[in-house]
Amino acid sequence: MSKTDTVAAKTKEIVKKHGGDKSALIAVLQDIQEAFNYLPQEGLKAAGKAMNIPLSRVYEVATFYNAFSLKPRGEHIVKICMGTACHVRGASAIQDKMERTLNIKPGETTSDKKFSLETVNCVGACALGPVVVINTEYHGQMTMAKVDKVIGKLKEGAQQ
Amino acid sequence: MKILDDALALRQIQDSLRKNYDPTKKLVTICAGTGCRGYGCISVKEELEAEIKKQNMNVEVRATGCFGFCEKGPLVVIHPEKIFYQQVKVKDVPEIISKTVAHGEILEKLLYRDPDTKETVLKEEDVPFYKKQHRLVFGQNGMIDPSRLDDYLAIDGYSALAKALTEMTPEDVISEVKKAGLRGRGGGGFHAGVKWEGCRKAHGSHKYVIGNGDEGDPGAYMDRSLMEGNPHSVIEGMIIGAYAIGANEGYIYVRNEYPLAVMNLSLAINSAKEAGLLGKKILGTDFSFDIHINKGGGAFVCGESSALFASIEGRAGEPRAKYIHAVEKGLWDKPTVLNNVETWANVPVIINKGADWYASIGTEGSKGTKIFSLVGKINNTGLIEVPMGMTLREIIYGMGGGIPGGRKFKAVQTGGPSGGCIPESLLDLPVDFDKLYEVGSMMGSGGMIVMDDKSCMVDVAKYFLAFLQEESCGKCVPCREGVRRMREILEDICAGRGKEGDVELLEHLSTGVADGSLCALGGSAPNPVLSTIKYFREEYDAHIKNKRCPAGVCKALITYSIDPEKCTGCTLCSRVCPVEAISGEKKKPHKIDIDKCTRCGACIESCKFDAITVE
Repeated sequence: MSKTDTVAAKTKEIVKKHGGDKSALIAVLQDIQEAFNYLPQEGLKAAGKAMNIPLSRVYEVATFYNAFSLKPRGEHIVKICMGTACHVRGASAIQDKMERTLNIKPGETTSDKKFSLETVNCVGACALGPVVVINTEYHGQMTMAKVDKVIGKLKEGAQQ
Repeated sequence: MKILDDALALRQIQDSLRKNYDPTKKLVTICAGTGCRGYGCISVKEELEAEIKKQNMNVEVRATGCFGFCEKGPLVVIHPEKIFYQQVKVKDVPEIISKTVAHGEILEKLLYRDPDTKETVLKEEDVPFYKKQHRLVFGQNGMIDPSRLDDYLAIDGYSALAKALTEMTPEDVISEVKKAGLRGRGGGGFHAGVKWEGCRKAHGSHKYVIGNGDEGDPGAYMDRSLMEGNPHSVIEGMIIGAYAIGANEGYIYVRNEYPLAVMNLSLAINSAKEAGLLGKKILGTDFSFDIHINKGGGAFVCGESSALFASIEGRAGEPRAKYIHAVEKGLWDKPTVLNNVETWANVPVIINKGADWYASIGTEGSKGTKIFSLVGKINNTGLIEVPMGMTLREIIYGMGGGIPGGRKFKAVQTGGPSGGCIPESLLDLPVDFDKLYEVGSMMGSGGMIVMDDKSCMVDVAKYFLAFLQEESCGKCVPCREGVRRMREILEDICAGRGKEGDVELLEHLSTGVADGSLCALGGSAPNPVLSTIKYFREEYDAHIKNKRCPAGVCKALITYSIDPEKCTGCTLCSRVCPVEAISGEKKKPHKIDIDKCTRCGACIESCKFDAITVE
């Protein structure tokens, strides 16, 4: 099966699970992203077709919400919390350090597809600030030295 | 669980469950909120269970919702003595079990130590952080396992629902909530009972109730802890509200960033359905009601009611004009009541204890308690629930334990991006909806971000404007373009390009943005700027006229140097410097080349002798 067919088949399945109602569009897109780590163009087309929603509107929703990515993302998703509590505790220095370490800016993915960098407006773990969430793990009281350590560990893991 | 087909069946099961939750029984509770999870509480919990098994004991370990004192996590309480252990690590577990749980022996090293008196505190309620709290809504978090309906029933959960359905008419419920003076906890502060009454009277057979859990204010996480730690209290409040207004369908809209809240709410909804507390003919009455969960897509504006409706309807979350209120035309143009999840969690308390009792707490215009998240430059970070009207000083210095490192308090930011910064001169302000509004800030959802003398107020204003520009949905031009222009001016000021008249221009633009925007995001977007101008004008002047950042934050206006008296020549800073700006011989004072230096702060972090100065 080609990639287009795989994505379309999976999307159909997801739409069916949600009952096909137009109001389920956001939930459908969330599930597609969970399945493919981003929103493939084929998925948006297939969802629009299956739910009888014009592609323009699917695209509007997919680009409106920050949680959606139209580009493939890396294996590890690094989210830097930019909440106020983290900000006053030095989140921007952590962001700069993370950008230098991974050599990418927020919204980008490393060329080896290992890491994607994102910023997020508060993850609600303010006591741990500054916080970095990698995949689902919370790393609290981040320092620049800790950035090297945490990313280094993941890189090592990737090599093994 | 069998279906509870009347109020009596509920009472019976509560009675029988209570026996299993004997308060004199040995029990170990451990906070499993997101904060403590970040500190590794799940491995501590697993170790507790393993150790109990190893030592052949029969003691329950209960992973509960958030205790609130996030600064000191992971937190463990040994019952029935209520011994409060903080910063518990896996290696502490064998001793906790063999000494404290088995023989009641206290482990001094795990107790909270008062930083002033240096004395240890044994029980949770005696720790200064908790002492003055009044935890009406949040208090049960530390006792129940949020994934089990039984735990909630054992503390009389759903009694308020039974009372409302069997002893009160919908009108009685509304008048009770009105009499209690419950105001919306999400930020608006609108009277919940008035909203409900409007919706009850609105024409139309299909009506909705919505729980707003799209907690977007950065620095606020009380809704998250409530949804994660006591989801049934939110659900019970919503069912009572639905009964009052005559709705049969409801939604809880939760932030995408809160996976644990989504999981615990889903579990709670399913178990309530299985027990006949949600669904058709609730508790055997003619009232039917169901709740769905909607996950947000990471858009701050969706905390706004009409944007939230659009999002539930599967569209981009753009607010609309509110010539017609949501209580008449809300979700799918049907009469809708939307309240914040904390507001909903207050409802069972009001029904159980009565409006008069509830209204006796708080101030003239703001009744009950409010949960605040006390964060930023504060010693005791965490969630506190206090009666309305407590002063900022009591909160920040009494519970919060003041500012770390003996630094000077500068401001407290309340109300999220819609709020403002409150200076030291107003620390004796009693906190309620109206008082905060009077000083140019607002309650918001309850974030309190404390800042010290190393926080730059112009930078803070810039931070919020950057946030708002990113989150503006773009529908209203004054918000979309005005906020962007204001951000550019602030960026210029922080980069040393500020000009005379910039402050006045910011004030002028503020009026246009506030007046020309449909929703509260734009309407209140200028608040962080206006409040910092009002209370910290001298900092703006220092940036613009003297090209100085007094707090040492704005990179273009500061320089780093090394104090030769303090520098020992350990070379650590030169090794971490990403641009090789630091040079010097081993064991001799180093120097920074200010032309190369990017002011990234790596040297400051690495220096053990506090030798790097920022000017």
